[in-house]
Amino acid sequence: MAQDVMFTMDGMLLNWLKEVGDSVTAGDIIAEFDADKATVEVEAPADGVLVATLIEVGDEIEEGTVIARIGEVGESASSGNGASQAPAKAESDAKPEAPPVATTPQTASSNEAARTPDGHIMASPIAKRIAADKGIELTQVAGTGPGGRIVKADVENLDPAKVVKPAAAAVSTSAAPTMPFQSYGKLPEGDDVVIIDMNRMRKAIAKGTITSMNTTPHFYVTIETDVGELLRLRKELNTQLADEGIKISVNDMVVKAVALTLKHFPNLNTHYYGDKFVQHKRINVAIAVALPDNGLVNVVSPDTDKTSLSAMAQYHVEMFVNVRDGKIKPEYVHGGTFLVSNLGAYGVESFSSIIDPPQSGALAVGAARKIPVVLDDGTIGVGNRMKVTLSVDHRVSDGAEGAQFLQHFKNLIENPMRLLV
Amino acid sequence: MASKNLPMREALRQALLEEMQRDERVFIMGEEVGHWQGTHRVTRGFVEEFGEKRVRDTPITEMAIGGLAVGAAMAGLRPVAEFMTINFAFLALDAIINHAAKVHYFFDGLVKCPVVFRAATGWGDQATASHSHTPEPIFAHFPGLYVGSPSNSTDAYGMLKASIRNDNPVLFTESIGLYSRPGPMPDDTDFLVPIGKGDIKREGSDVTLISYGRGVRWCLQAARQLEQEGVSAEIVDVRWLRPLDTDLIFESFKKTNRAVIVEESHQFYSFGSEVAAQIQEHCFDWMDAPIKRVTQHDVPVPFSKALEQLTYPNADDVVAAVKEIL
Repeated sequence: MAQDVMFTMDGMLLNWLKEVGDSVTAGDIIAEFDADKATVEVEAPADGVLVATLIEVGDEIEEGTVIARIGEVGESASSGNGASQAPAKAESDAKPEAPPVATTPQTASSNEAARTPDGHIMASPIAKRIAADKGIELTQVAGTGPGGRIVKADVENLDPAKVVKPAAAAVSTSAAPTMPFQSYGKLPEGDDVVIIDMNRMRKAIAKGTITSMNTTPHFYVTIETDVGELLRLRKELNTQLADEGIKISVNDMVVKAVALTLKHFPNLNTHYYGDKFVQHKRINVAIAVALPDNGLVNVVSPDTDKTSLSAMAQYHVEMFVNVRDGKIKPEYVHGGTFLVSNLGAYGVESFSSIIDPPQSGALAVGAARKIPVVLDDGTIGVGNRMKVTLSVDHRVSDGAEGAQFLQHFKNLIENPMRLLV
Repeated sequence: MASKNLPMREALRQALLEEMQRDERVFIMGEEVGHWQGTHRVTRGFVEEFGEKRVRDTPITEMAIGGLAVGAAMAGLRPVAEFMTINFAFLALDAIINHAAKVHYFFDGLVKCPVVFRAATGWGDQATASHSHTPEPIFAHFPGLYVGSPSNSTDAYGMLKASIRNDNPVLFTESIGLYSRPGPMPDDTDFLVPIGKGDIKREGSDVTLISYGRGVRWCLQAARQLEQEGVSAEIVDVRWLRPLDTDLIFESFKKTNRAVIVEESHQFYSFGSEVAAQIQEHCFDWMDAPIKRVTQHDVPVPFSKALEQLTYPNADDVVAAVKEIL
């Protein structure tokens, strides 16, 4: 009997390292997952043959999903089902002309299941049971029953290994793209171009951002803050902390202000799960950190609202250094409830962030810039200003709350002593 | 075991005759069963052989026939009560359902009611809306009553004998459309068809046709037609609507994964409804197609011969239903 291979975390499949039909030894790495932004390897639980892979590269799965089946050596995926093989042929050969069924057009030659107008795949109970037993993906089976229904004969003698899974098939051919993407025509070649394989992190980022932009209805709210007082306070604090080797960054203060603001706006510390919202009691601000070789990791500052600026500054430095050195520990990337992305160091005035689902909010922070401003007495003077743009999942919250959030945030930034108490 | 072919009416006559010879407690009562020799000639020659005491012509009152039969059975006799057609048995529903089916229960098994209610069932010859019913499922609805209806001479012989010898009340119907059809006769006078035991009338692998009585004949015709088109149909003749041989039905369905249920009666709350429900409940993971029912149309039976034919199912309907689910 085939043995299930289960993945015990939430994650996204990055690679199959074994193909269906390959022999495996217990402990062999058969797949790589991106889980919590770290690459997690899945080992074969037993000796045998990989008889079926049940998910595709790029699939996001939930904890406990069966991803593959390993059979005994010599066992094909189609064996193990006691049903006699003989009648099915007779059945299909003998099939009389079916009466025309108007509702669903049959996709006659394609290797894809016919669906009802609402997307339901029509398959008989016994066909579903056999498919499940053999690890056959019904979406890849063309039904020959009335209206294109998948019936017993369609799955009974089908070899799961021969059921083409488009993405998985693409992996085995090195030049083919492995991410779902709009075709832009033939891959350019020649001396004028360099063809670069998409690395795992870029694939993970691509998949995550596509998912977010395609499924999360973003809206954006921007506000300008006066950071004169904040910069002054930061300078003063850093002078006092110099002996201890602690240096508080503007970003640390922004992150702290975000955390304290979230305390008043729990709705934006809420994650979206279909028809349920998950409101997080802990505030763990995730901070987007650029990596030296083109990449990005969202590192988490746990209990941001309860952590002092000096402790936070020390932790952030340690974390950033480790991440940039490629030492990503699970606790660095796990449990973020809200995202802060800061491009201020590059002089960017303003930009907007893509939400990292299931989070429902992200704050994009621009540079603190010296600009001419209208002073209280009506004259023109020099001001220190910083623009921030809030991205919000409209399923979770609305514009007014986004605006109030920024109002509160601005108030903290402009009265920065409140970040210390 | 088979020796000679006889029409089903003769098989029934033979069975009843032998049981009356074997056990003097067995007697027949009903309209025209004696001197008229039986409406359907099942009791031909009986009054001459057994006399008026055991072959009782009754007035035209089904209520009395039913009541007398129940009383006689409770008192220790083994009556066979004949209703000229099942349509007239509606007048005796109180005796059949409220008494015969309940006596054993009411008296905690101390009193038995070994009565057989015989009746012609089905349609034909322009008997019109009130005389063309095939209502076995109505009777099979109630616990306490066995219900059987044979599809050929052999079964008719063995089923009627089993009914007469059983200590429980049995409603036994005989399809008008089958009375003249010849079939092999067993030569063993103790040949019995066990109550509740169905029969595979034809083996097949692609679809199971489930029926009883006259419907089995349409199934056999349809199976021959389907065979020419390369479709192998198995036929389950349940023979008894209650107790229903679900084991046999499930066994066949798990082999073919498809079923068409065929009956002479209407579709609503029908034999087919019950069998389909049983299959989906017990064989869900073996289903490869929706279960189809071939039945009489949902209208009263018209007098016009042409229209009468149109309201009833036939072998072509069975073939069409099979093709819908292949």
